[in-house]
Amino acid sequence: MTINELKPEDFKSDQMVRWCAGCGDHAILNSVLKAMPQLGFKHEDIVFISGIGCSSRFPYYLNTYGVHGIHGRAMPIASGVKVANPNLCVWVITGDGDALAIGGNHFIHLIRRDIDVNLILFNNQIYGLTKGQYSPTSKEGSKTKTSPFGTVERPFKPGAITIGARGSFFARCIDIMPKHSTEVFLKAAKHHGASIVEVLQNCVIFNDQVWSDITDRENREDRTILLEHGKPMIFGKARDKGLILKNNQLNVVQLGEDGITESDILVHDAYSEFAGIHLLLANMEYPRFPIALGVIRAYESPATYDEKVANQITNVQSTAKIKSVEELFLSGQVWEV
Amino acid sequence: MSKEAKVIEIEEVAIRFSGDSGDGMQLTGTLFSDTSALFGNDVSTFPDYPAEIRAPQGTVGGVSGFQVHFGHTRINTPGDYCDVLVVMNPAALKANFRWIKPDGILIYDSDSFDAKGIEKAGYKSDPFKEEQLEGIQVISAPISSLTRETLKDIGLDQKSILRCKNMFALGMVSWLYDRPLDHAISFFNKKFASKPILIEANTKVLHSGYYYAETIEAFTSNYRIKPAEIEKGKYRTINGNTAAAWGMLAAAQKAGLQLFLGSYPITPATGILEELAARKDLGVKTFQAEDEIAGVCTAIGASFAGSLAVTSTSGPGLALKGEAIGLAVMTELPLVIIDVQRGGPSTGLPTKTEQSDLMQALYGRNGESPIVVLASSTPSNCFDFAYMASKIAVEHMTPVILLSDGFLANGSEPWRIPDLNQFPEIKVPKPNTDAKDWMPYLRDEKTQVRTWAVPGMPGFEHRVGGLEKMNRTGSVSYVPENHELMTHIREEKVQNVARDIPNQEIIGDEDAELLIIGWGGTFGHLVSALTEIRREGHKVALAHFNYINPLPANTGELLSKFKKHLVCEINLGQFVNHLRMKFPEYQYRQFNKIMGLPFTVNDLKAAILKNLED
Repeated sequence: MTINELKPEDFKSDQMVRWCAGCGDHAILNSVLKAMPQLGFKHEDIVFISGIGCSSRFPYYLNTYGVHGIHGRAMPIASGVKVANPNLCVWVITGDGDALAIGGNHFIHLIRRDIDVNLILFNNQIYGLTKGQYSPTSKEGSKTKTSPFGTVERPFKPGAITIGARGSFFARCIDIMPKHSTEVFLKAAKHHGASIVEVLQNCVIFNDQVWSDITDRENREDRTILLEHGKPMIFGKARDKGLILKNNQLNVVQLGEDGITESDILVHDAYSEFAGIHLLLANMEYPRFPIALGVIRAYESPATYDEKVANQITNVQSTAKIKSVEELFLSGQVWEV
Repeated sequence: MSKEAKVIEIEEVAIRFSGDSGDGMQLTGTLFSDTSALFGNDVSTFPDYPAEIRAPQGTVGGVSGFQVHFGHTRINTPGDYCDVLVVMNPAALKANFRWIKPDGILIYDSDSFDAKGIEKAGYKSDPFKEEQLEGIQVISAPISSLTRETLKDIGLDQKSILRCKNMFALGMVSWLYDRPLDHAISFFNKKFASKPILIEANTKVLHSGYYYAETIEAFTSNYRIKPAEIEKGKYRTINGNTAAAWGMLAAAQKAGLQLFLGSYPITPATGILEELAARKDLGVKTFQAEDEIAGVCTAIGASFAGSLAVTSTSGPGLALKGEAIGLAVMTELPLVIIDVQRGGPSTGLPTKTEQSDLMQALYGRNGESPIVVLASSTPSNCFDFAYMASKIAVEHMTPVILLSDGFLANGSEPWRIPDLNQFPEIKVPKPNTDAKDWMPYLRDEKTQVRTWAVPGMPGFEHRVGGLEKMNRTGSVSYVPENHELMTHIREEKVQNVARDIPNQEIIGDEDAELLIIGWGGTFGHLVSALTEIRREGHKVALAHFNYINPLPANTGELLSKFKKHLVCEINLGQFVNHLRMKFPEYQYRQFNKIMGLPFTVNDLKAAILKNLED
């Protein structure tokens, strides 16, 4: 069987999927499975690495290579795998606690280095595996088991961190939009560099409907915007709303009102090096704005970290005098007795 | 040489250069020790420097020292006390006077002993009255002003001129011990290739110091130390960190694996990362991680991907790596962790040596988490044990901690360049079945070792992780009996390593009553003390351990041959407690020092003599 003939089922492992019924993770797993045959990589060249949390069981459910790591450390484990063997297609599966609390430091440095891995951040604004404590993305005031009177801390925005850490790729999708998620995952895989995908994911047990304001079918099109490179930023059921830039701020406008036409609407440039607009888009929050979905930023630099490491070795070796350990031993000041 | 000086042949000498941490004392000491090694002497060195890169000038806190011990016979330590103490300022005298022998030579820069310098050093009055100088030959040399005089027409600014004064001191000591100057000069030529004026300046000052020493006749004689009688072969000097880095390189080459180092800079282990980062020519991949945890985790990732993976650190870093090392225990992946120990707890004494991470290495992880622990015992055998640590890690699919320490890491000695063909093969445990029959935790019946399938190998796709796994299949398992089985297997696997390591040897008198026991970096001092005590007519033996867990198979039998057991270590008694657990039938005696310094042979001798009598 060639890679092209593989089906999503061919990437399933024999392990029983143990997430709760109704958990958003099932949908994400299916979207990833759908993307797998289209990656252009063989089973043996794909590695899934995770940390700890509900989402981090993910690698067990695929029949590729995989490491279920320790809490917060999927990023450095994946970095080691990719740098050691840049030919592999490496995925990181993590959550809002794993990536942004205990693994926050590794998250920003993976992004800063621009290591060519694909990271899926399952954001459900709650700690599920430990049964319902607030996370770094929980909205201020969230009442949870460890914040019975509401949290008093401000949440992180994964997109802002990514761009702040000089990220090259950030995209967002929703667990209940599987087809779109598959498209986003494929774009992430295609991107040359550290690709961060935030998936708005529902925890049916401990934080049910946390995203329902924006994800419910009846309102979704009015409260989200599906970004596509080169296309104007228009959204709404009637496709009658758009985004413009005014006073260095994004503004939602009504097409046809105040003389606004489609030509006034911002056109999405995901590939631009300049991250200013990307940051504004990533930071948009409902109800003032629609939530941005799709690829927000995809700027490719000439070489990724893992390539630069390999290139440096090739360059040094091309002119190196020392070719073996024996030659190293005899380099420098040596005397004979 | 124009004057006829009396030349006396002697066996061994220790010299301590000391000054402000900006005075270039480490370089001075290194040039002198390399010169001596090239001359054919055996050499051992000990840099003693502050954690602060530039503490306030002229204060005791900012004093940097470098002791070099060289001789005609085998030199095992940098020497307890020095025959010559060179002090570039009053603070150096204050910090180091305790290390001079009662009949030693003190050379000092008289220009720096002004009222201000004396006060900064913390002396209340004349330093030469406050210190007990009786019996010591004191050489007052206007080093700063003569350096200035030498370079007055060269066209350098005053600051740059004064930076050459360390070479004046080197010149003086070189004359005193009949050392050639050409090694230092060729060093200047390389180091200052782009600034010829500095080559000229340093060379001039070096000669000035040399001729000054010859001229002043303050030294009643100069000394010659014949080359040592050492095994034939090619030699170079090496310190413990470089030796450890090269041991890994040799292991990777021998095993046919790529070497990967994931690390975070930490004193005194950083030299390993620096050396391997420079070894792109040999294809090493180094990853300077964002923290200690990422350092070990990248190494675990690289190991999963099929590299010989290493992380280097010191005590505080080992504490941070604990959870991840547990992951390597659980996933049964090869991993080498080099811990260059320093004074603790917490930040402790970053630049000082200690042996206090032994228990952390053995037990510093959650759960039943057995691990192989080795310890190197000389700067140059850091090479051998880094090699062995790699071999054991790969062949037994286990993490291995190699304990070095600040004394070994920075200390240097001549190293006989080994023939790699003489080193044992490293057999990589590749899957030995067809992919369809393979399972991640299928084990070799005898060794309990699983095989190492890596990404890129078709048909061997599998998942490992920190959750307990079912033996053989490797699927997640909460079955109580399986957990107990796997816990026993992991322990057994580590203990099985004892089959592959040599028996513990004894140095000295096998029929002695007293067995001295040591481990790791104290070897040189222990063997020196042993040699001197035996020379004085006493019977005594030494067992110095490099294999800590598992202990060599003959350890119990060996202990049973002696009546008294004296365990000497630079901590409060960690190895002795390890022995107490494994062999509780003996009444161990202890000698412990914990001052951030190596043992002194004198202290050891006193302790051994006392235990011979008691």
